[in-house]
Amino acid sequence: MDVGTILQFTLDVLNLGSLYALMALGLVVIYGILKLVNFAYGELVMVAGYTLYLLNGSPLPWLIMALVAVCMAVIGGITTDLVAFRPVRANSLTAMLITSFAFSTLLQNAALLFISPRARNVPLPEIFTQSVTMLGVIIPVRNLITIASAFILLGAFTLVMKRTVLGMALRAAASNFTMARMVGIPANFIITVAFAISGLFAGVVAMLWLGRIGAVVPGIGLEPLLVAFIACVIGGMRSLVGAVVGGYLLALIDVSFNYALPPDLLSFRDAFTFTMVIVILLLRPSGLIKGPDTGKRT
Amino acid sequence: MSNRRLRINEVSVEFSGLRALDKVSLTIETGEILGLIGPNGSGKTTLVNAITGQVRPSTGAVCIGDEEITALSPRRIALKGITRSFQQVRLFNDLSVVENVAATSLAKGLSLRAARQTARELLVDFNLSDFGDMAAGALNHGDKRRVEIVRALAGDPSFLLLDEPAAGMNETESDALLATLAELPASRALGILVIDHDMSLIMRLCHRLHVISSGKTIGEGSVETVRSLPAVVEAYLGTSETSP
Repeated sequence: MDVGTILQFTLDVLNLGSLYALMALGLVVIYGILKLVNFAYGELVMVAGYTLYLLNGSPLPWLIMALVAVCMAVIGGITTDLVAFRPVRANSLTAMLITSFAFSTLLQNAALLFISPRARNVPLPEIFTQSVTMLGVIIPVRNLITIASAFILLGAFTLVMKRTVLGMALRAAASNFTMARMVGIPANFIITVAFAISGLFAGVVAMLWLGRIGAVVPGIGLEPLLVAFIACVIGGMRSLVGAVVGGYLLALIDVSFNYALPPDLLSFRDAFTFTMVIVILLLRPSGLIKGPDTGKRT
Repeated sequence: MSNRRLRINEVSVEFSGLRALDKVSLTIETGEILGLIGPNGSGKTTLVNAITGQVRPSTGAVCIGDEEITALSPRRIALKGITRSFQQVRLFNDLSVVENVAATSLAKGLSLRAARQTARELLVDFNLSDFGDMAAGALNHGDKRRVEIVRALAGDPSFLLLDEPAAGMNETESDALLATLAELPASRALGILVIDHDMSLIMRLCHRLHVISSGKTIGEGSVETVRSLPAVVEAYLGTSETSP
């Protein structure tokens, strides 16, 4: 294998892994506190996508449009909390699970009804279609943007979690929710913040994801949700680091099969990937990074 | 602040028909340590839970000074200046010891720097400064208990409720804890309620005792007074004296 192939492989893994990691992190931020998978999470990607589509043709520069779209995903996240979770939070976990499914279906159908079941193109900046050549390898600039955005976002998130009052409150709430309330941390506020952060990750992923596929459909959220879920499961549901590790590992598996499988088997790549996931889970049933506490609600 | 007292007035708690507490009244003054004793299942922890808002009393009132706090949420009550420790230690296991302690003062509105500073100072008082940066979950049992007490103190409470603070500690540890606790009411102008089964600790630490049995008050007063009450001896001390 020459240097060029190694570079290409590494960048492919980092590019895909960055998307997976951000997506997984958005899911785990909420799971950590509520011990619940937010199934309406994929729809936040959709909300950001359609916002970008609706802004198409406006005189705004793309970066502002993207910012508005990300903000809409954040608002979508907060709305998920207020509409689907807070009213039933005192009830059973099952109730929240069902409302999260219902909210997801509601959003998807709203997109079907008010926009269109067909794919809609979103505006993308020039730079997303450009590429650079390094060591004889052609690299799309958007891949480099994806990797850079992920590193910046992960770095900023780590800083917030470690160095700010908010981060500490979030970690305390994830560690022992009841106790966090008892020492005086405002529970509702912290949960809403977690949903906002989750929306932020979904929004950024949406921009980068759309940069790859160029169009938005009502069902666009399913794949990111599935990927995020699998990344969390193999990385460890209870740990933020686990989500990131899981994201990059899943990408490594995916890309490796992309490179290694003969062309006529390539269409079965997902089957190979999921087999690997099963193997990992057989060896490490609670994920690679074990969370410190049990998965029960506190 | 000195005339503020924590007043529990005829508090009853029922769990699906079962009366766990029956019109218990007691008062904790600032600057004193009140021992709450009674046999297992007599309702001691339930009383603490009723004060801190974890369970809602079916009748009765809990007041700080003239202000009734009975119907408030645990969070509000904590912010009003009543903090507690638990029979089963409840720390944030994956946060560091300093962060555990700082969480309480952060919730009260201190800055991160100030909260960390306060936490480190308090940990020094409890000889826990070496463990400041360790994950709380990695501590041994006795140290966890002390961290929990420090965390409760970090909120600068007016009243501190300790549910079996010395449980699981060895003699040396519990003697050290006793010495530290004994100084708190005067040094920090606070009232303490202590539940413990270690009678020797209770007798040495507390200024006054309140005894409950089957959810009812069966005696109260100074350590000597309570010791000699026939009902108390029968319900509680009597059995403990005959046991090996």
